[in-house]
Amino acid sequence: MSGLLRLPLHDLHVELGGKIVGFAGYDMPVQYPLGVMGEHLHTRAKAGLFDVSHMGQILAYPTGNIEELALDLERLMPIDVAGLAPWRQRYGVLTNDTGGILDDLMIAHRGDHFLIVVNAACKAADFDHLQAHLRCANLTMCSDRALLALQGPQAEAALAQILRGVGAMRFMDVRIFGDIWVSRSGYTGEDGFEISIPNTQVAVFARSLLAMQGVAPIGLGARDSLRLEAGMPLYGHDIDQTTSPVEAGLAWAISKTRRAGGARAGGFAGAARILAQLSSGVSRLRVGLRPDSRAPMREGVVLLDGNAPIGRITSGGFSPTLNAPISMGYLPLKFTEIGTLIAGDLRGKPTPLRVCALPFHPTNYKR
Amino acid sequence: MKYTKDHEWLRVEGDLVVVGITEHAATQLGDVVFVELPEVETMVTTGDEVVVIESVKAASDILAPLDGEIVDVNQKLVDSPALVNEDPTGAAWFFKMRIDDLSVLDDLMDEDEYADLIG
Repeated sequence: MSGLLRLPLHDLHVELGGKIVGFAGYDMPVQYPLGVMGEHLHTRAKAGLFDVSHMGQILAYPTGNIEELALDLERLMPIDVAGLAPWRQRYGVLTNDTGGILDDLMIAHRGDHFLIVVNAACKAADFDHLQAHLRCANLTMCSDRALLALQGPQAEAALAQILRGVGAMRFMDVRIFGDIWVSRSGYTGEDGFEISIPNTQVAVFARSLLAMQGVAPIGLGARDSLRLEAGMPLYGHDIDQTTSPVEAGLAWAISKTRRAGGARAGGFAGAARILAQLSSGVSRLRVGLRPDSRAPMREGVVLLDGNAPIGRITSGGFSPTLNAPISMGYLPLKFTEIGTLIAGDLRGKPTPLRVCALPFHPTNYKR
Repeated sequence: MKYTKDHEWLRVEGDLVVVGITEHAATQLGDVVFVELPEVETMVTTGDEVVVIESVKAASDILAPLDGEIVDVNQKLVDSPALVNEDPTGAAWFFKMRIDDLSVLDDLMDEDEYADLIG
């Protein structure tokens, strides 16, 4: 026995020929017979169906009114929650007192409450953190719900055959269709949807999507290469409790209203460090990196200026779309200009890399 | 054809031994995107890491299956690493070795024994 938890779709993954590995405490399909490369390219060209039921779905209902809860949540994250319009969602981070990142998340305003979707490995800690610090919330972890992502240029056409009305949604819109909760978002850089559905209904729903033209099942391997191409950080690798959102290149997610001079400036965990970094700059920054050679440089590779270590790769691999290796990592500010030539210590050999813009592959959202 | 527990195949060609990886190994690795070959005329000892092979998922090594000298490498794999997935037991050989005594191959697995190993 592996001691790992099983996803509600476990039997379907096995039936589809998924290769099952342990991830964040769950048995998860890392790839199907199509393979990581094929699955990646399929998602960019058509539509990929991902099972992300390991992620945490946390409902936050106000004990009083939702405006009060929004302000309560703003104490834990540097984003504009109070200004989030009903039926819209926003990317955010939970920060600690030193401005590091406890987790990154999506928060959706659903009329009279919020839905917060968090990373699998952090979900128990996130729930406890929210429970301990929120003053006016009733929290529920939705362990009875699965989460699917349908991503790619043909995602809308496929999903619209089951849920008429999804075509009217724009990027980051959220809607409820009976028992099914949909947001137009994802982790691939493609247009697409994330679909929360009761565990008891997910198998039938997934099978009907897979029966449609252009829809293929996609494993964790391609999920990782897709998000890497899209320049998105992976929690526990590219961001963690020691990296601030500003260093991580996530300053765009810190709303104006929470910054110095904003209507609700500061007042969030780690504000002192984060606001100081926004005004005076950071000493290091997450950047994109392109190796000159075809050898991928992965997490852990030490970055060098001459012989001096200056940083570390936090994610790296091969980009099927660019047909070239790509990496991300942190570098001191003076090395972060696009085009800067540095090296990575690849199996003892200094191997050249160049700083490049993120994302590696342009996003394709329906705004 | 002979096999090692590290999922390499060995084929005698004249007085040389041609080395590659098995179909099973290629499938397990997934799509190969990069191959780094040894220099020719390198003397190697059994277990030396002689080839780096990167798939979309991870980096792996190919170990020298025997003591000997690398006398030829398959440069085609550098330009077309995908050949490893397409034809692992044919066009995608990695290197050729010269060894002192070809009879050491007798200690390696034959096809049936290898098939039992991968079950």
